[in-house]
Amino acid sequence: MRSVLDPAGPQAAHIAALWWWMFWIFSTVFVLVIAALLVGIFRARARDDAVMTSPSVALQPTRERRIGWTVAACVGLTIVVLIIFLAANVITGHRLALLAADNAVTIQLTGYRWWWKVRYPDPVPARQVTTANEIHIPIGRPVLINTDSQDVIHSFWVPSLHGKRDLVPGNPSAIWIQADRPGRFEGQCAEFCGLQHAHMRLLVIAESEENYQAWLEAQRQAARAPSDPLAQRGLHVFETGPCALCHSVRGTEASGQVAPDLTHFASRATIAAGTLPNSPGHLAAWIVDPQHIKPGNAMPSNSLSPEDLQALLAYLGGLK
Amino acid sequence: MSHDHDAEKNKDTVLSEAELRVRLEQIWKSPDGFTGWFKNVFHKPISERMIITSFVFFALAGLLALLMRVQLAVPENTFLSPDLYNQFFTVHGSTMMFLFAVPVMQAVGLYFVPLMIGTRNLAFPRLNAFGYYMFLIGGLLLWVGLALNIGADTGWTSYVPLAGPEHSPGKRVDFWAQMITFTEIASLVAAVEIIVTTFKLRAPGMSLNRMPIFVWAMLVQSFMVIFAMPSVMLASGFLAMDRLVDTHFFNQAEGGDPLLWQHLFWFFGHPEVYIIFIPATGMVSALVQSFARRPIVGYTAVVLSLIATGFLGFGLWVHHMFAVGLPQLGQSFFTAASMLIAIPSGVQIFCWIATLWSGRVIVRTPLLFVAGFIAIFVLGGLTGVMQASVPFNLQVHDTFFVVAHFHYVLIGGAVFPLIGALYYWFPKITGRMMSERLGGWNFWTFFIGFNLTFFPLHQLGLAGMPRRVYTYLPETGWGSLNFIATVGAAILGIAVLMFLINVTISWRRGALAGANPWHADTLEWSVPSPAPVYNYLYLPTVNSRTPLWTKAEDQPIVKGLRADILEVLVTNLLDAMPDHRHLLDGTSYWPFLTAVAVGIGIITAIFTPWGVVIGSVLAFICLAGWFWPHGEPVPDSSREAGPPVQEAA
Repeated sequence: MRSVLDPAGPQAAHIAALWWWMFWIFSTVFVLVIAALLVGIFRARARDDAVMTSPSVALQPTRERRIGWTVAACVGLTIVVLIIFLAANVITGHRLALLAADNAVTIQLTGYRWWWKVRYPDPVPARQVTTANEIHIPIGRPVLINTDSQDVIHSFWVPSLHGKRDLVPGNPSAIWIQADRPGRFEGQCAEFCGLQHAHMRLLVIAESEENYQAWLEAQRQAARAPSDPLAQRGLHVFETGPCALCHSVRGTEASGQVAPDLTHFASRATIAAGTLPNSPGHLAAWIVDPQHIKPGNAMPSNSLSPEDLQALLAYLGGLK
Repeated sequence: MSHDHDAEKNKDTVLSEAELRVRLEQIWKSPDGFTGWFKNVFHKPISERMIITSFVFFALAGLLALLMRVQLAVPENTFLSPDLYNQFFTVHGSTMMFLFAVPVMQAVGLYFVPLMIGTRNLAFPRLNAFGYYMFLIGGLLLWVGLALNIGADTGWTSYVPLAGPEHSPGKRVDFWAQMITFTEIASLVAAVEIIVTTFKLRAPGMSLNRMPIFVWAMLVQSFMVIFAMPSVMLASGFLAMDRLVDTHFFNQAEGGDPLLWQHLFWFFGHPEVYIIFIPATGMVSALVQSFARRPIVGYTAVVLSLIATGFLGFGLWVHHMFAVGLPQLGQSFFTAASMLIAIPSGVQIFCWIATLWSGRVIVRTPLLFVAGFIAIFVLGGLTGVMQASVPFNLQVHDTFFVVAHFHYVLIGGAVFPLIGALYYWFPKITGRMMSERLGGWNFWTFFIGFNLTFFPLHQLGLAGMPRRVYTYLPETGWGSLNFIATVGAAILGIAVLMFLINVTISWRRGALAGANPWHADTLEWSVPSPAPVYNYLYLPTVNSRTPLWTKAEDQPIVKGLRADILEVLVTNLLDAMPDHRHLLDGTSYWPFLTAVAVGIGIITAIFTPWGVVIGSVLAFICLAGWFWPHGEPVPDSSREAGPPVQEAA
């Protein structure tokens, strides 16, 4: 679910309200101008072409003065409309600035080509949560998202919650969001960042405080060691194969830092930054030939034996 | 004193009209043959080339747009690869902005300003030819890159660090950066031409407050070019240096700043929009006046609006950067400036409507395009004002809403007036009328196709579709609106084709136009169509803002210019009082050779810094040739002898 006009939080709601104000006022202006244009043309339309060869219509001073005043009045009206617009804009800006910021959740968001690293900082390093492409937030609480980028400029945008904030490398910035109702709010990178800009999506999941806390607690845990033999073989493939060079799974030897953290991979709804649903079939296709699905992304193709692939899928599928 | 004797013998005061016509015909005519093509320095043929070249680029970039629309017609389409799509939208945007919109407006200006102010050529004829070749080479460079499948692929804005050496290896972005260098030189050249020509070569009597509004518009545009273009040349120069010789202007890690790029780019980029739009408003003013059969309402207000737009246009650039999170106070300033600029635009629109309202309107194709322009531009302008609001801007920035907005203001605000103006001035260029029947069809297809293509994009933007995406997933629900837009694009393509067909057919078979088919008021309509190579047999004088409508029975003409050399009359800046006679440069190969030399330098600099050295040496040699004195010096108009006489016709 995503739309500027379907707000789920106070910021987006204020902006949507501003939009409707502007929409009705400006629509009125538009209709009036077009009406004036059409009436002007039709009432002054010359019926015979002889007018074309006459030098110019005669100008009467009193009429010209009247026309001048009419134009001046229209300009005056324009200024009034602009002042109303400015006022609406200032009020909206003020409302956005006044949103409560206490009891806030803080999230660190870093853009990569082409995925999002999401970190929930904690004073205790072991309790810190790192995930990717999905942001869980509690409803009714303000959320401070600190932004940064690892490579090029990206832009964080979830239309149902708020406008954009660019992720400029080396220029950390921040944006406040808040969701007032539970839901899954889609977003997408909004600053062109190269080949796979189109497939750099993210999901904000707003849920009740209890669900959020439960989720956070689950994410804090290291990955559980697999119990069935197939998944155990999968772990072996993961740790000894190329996967671990880039990805990390807390609680295992895989500690690569350049790709999404997969500790609780199976709890996420999508793979490859919202490109595919997270199902075993899609995952298999992704692992074997990611360059076909998302050409240019950093993950290489992998030629695994069918058995290894099945094992890997079983392992990853167990990373709840 | 045989020289003086010669001079006297060749003056238009002693020659009969027929003799004069023959002499002027000889001395002002374009050189013949293939080699002659490279020697030409006359404003009409050079501008004609520039108009045609920019329309070729327009057609090519339009074709890319069609291919992109096909790719976006349905979700997860595989018609274009992401790489190709990125190259296409980059080259589409860069071409439309740098190789079509700005050059075509300047070309129309370079063609008509000398005619409208009553002189025989631009102030620096050779420089003008040089500018055309720079534009041509720059355009070819960008398109050769695309043709070799190594086209620029970082968007027409080429944001760093994406366009920097680390994230865009190879030479793709360099093609783009150097294309900027070429086209900006060309724009600056045209701007200088127009400013000096309007300031110094106006017909006696055409004081500043009697200049046609189109000339005013070109003048304001030229000043904007002079202040805006250096900014982007600096930016693209920095970028090329970062990429070629490892400077760190934009490298955060070494103390550079990626936001510096955005500031420099948009300090040019926003005025650029007005650089395109202002000449278009000048065209609209000319058309409204002719087709409402009366002088424009509020001449002074319209001219002041143009000037105000020229200034305010430089105060808006940060509204392209609200999402990077700049200080609040700065944002408020740019919100206010972005709103203010709506006022001068509003003034002009009200004046045009009032002119139509109080005139006798003749509905012809050019007027249809004016009406279409007002409808589309007002809508685009209103969505523009919306984006002055920081909170709303943050939502729609970099989405299809913005894509819709700027196509409304650029196609609606510039291409509609341009097409209308070409229907209007075509007879002066070719001597023939364009088909009125095909014109009507052309307009309605254009208008419907345009709105069908771009109106749905507003909704797509609000529904969350960012710009510059090569595809989208089906579950986004963006499919149907995108499909409608693609159908619209096909209709738009047909409309452009109809225009080109109308031009081609009418050029050969259109009805003969005569000197003034629209019975318009400005000077260019006082000469035969097509305009003679020397423009005016005797330079005209004017007595009002609408010289042909108020021409006196005994309106004086200028006499005393020589017919054996390329002489024009220089007048003073404010009142256009005759000052002295001035000899213009004639045909030469050097502008072409200098452009080639500079071109070799700039293109070699893509691969090695030595390109700058090679280019400088070659350019120095060519400029020496260009300015080498030869022949017997002709006294430049001898101020002592006084200005030429004005005689009653």
